[in-house]
Amino acid sequence: MVAEVIEELGIREKTAGIAPVGCAVFAYNYFDIDMYEAAHGRAPAVATGYKRVQPDHYIFTYQGDGDLASIGTAEIVQAAHRGEKITTIFINNAIYGMTGGQMAPTTLVGQKTTTSPLGRDKEHCGEPIRMAEMLATISGSAFIARCALNTTPNLIKTKQAIKKAFETQIARKGFSMVEILSPCPTNWGKSPAEAMDWIGEAMIPYYPLGVFKEV
Amino acid sequence: MIKVTIYEDWCKGCGLCVRACPKGVLALSTSHLNKKGYYPAEVVNQDACIACTACARTCPDVAIEIEK
Repeated sequence: MVAEVIEELGIREKTAGIAPVGCAVFAYNYFDIDMYEAAHGRAPAVATGYKRVQPDHYIFTYQGDGDLASIGTAEIVQAAHRGEKITTIFINNAIYGMTGGQMAPTTLVGQKTTTSPLGRDKEHCGEPIRMAEMLATISGSAFIARCALNTTPNLIKTKQAIKKAFETQIARKGFSMVEILSPCPTNWGKSPAEAMDWIGEAMIPYYPLGVFKEV
Repeated sequence: MIKVTIYEDWCKGCGLCVRACPKGVLALSTSHLNKKGYYPAEVVNQDACIACTACARTCPDVAIEIEK
């Protein structure tokens, strides 16, 4: 969907993606544009540098929840705070996928992972972090939305939000992010169809969908 | 004339397109394996297709193309 939006906006020759560690690291296999690899969590920092050197180029980061909400929290919060004119695609699947299904800050209470075999304990680990709501409170952010991939209408809304986020960057309004609730059937121990159902049953009630900020 | 094309070697047999289709156009093969060793989706009822593109939007591997 990101590639479709880049093509529809006609900005392919001036767009670059930054992929940090995580399942996102393979993004360069799927985009026929310049792609850069960043250290774990540091994609917004690399994107900041690129955007400031090439202000007429369009930069997006493609980050998972273990990357953005845990290891790279400082980078994403500060990049949004500075109002960097970049777009972040935040893939939230409530688990560390690439490293083998460990608990992430976004793992739901009670959810079983390899590092929380009895389910996430609220007393011990706190409640999952809602990044979209948090970043929407920062003055430097211009467009913050949360979408999901579980149904066809939600897929259409997700693409619209990604397009809006890139348009926000093109208009130089500030930082833009789309959080996308995504399935990880492998590490959830579910079939692809069950994983899509679980997004609707378990994730969306805790992570409400919608646009949290638009300027 | 609506035409559904499935690039079967891109398919990993997740079945999300079958689930997304409102008209029962698609099904996972039960006899034929693709190059990757999965049972790929195949068109079983082409005439029922209304070109809503739900399957193509859903496919994580962009393996479905709809022409109309």
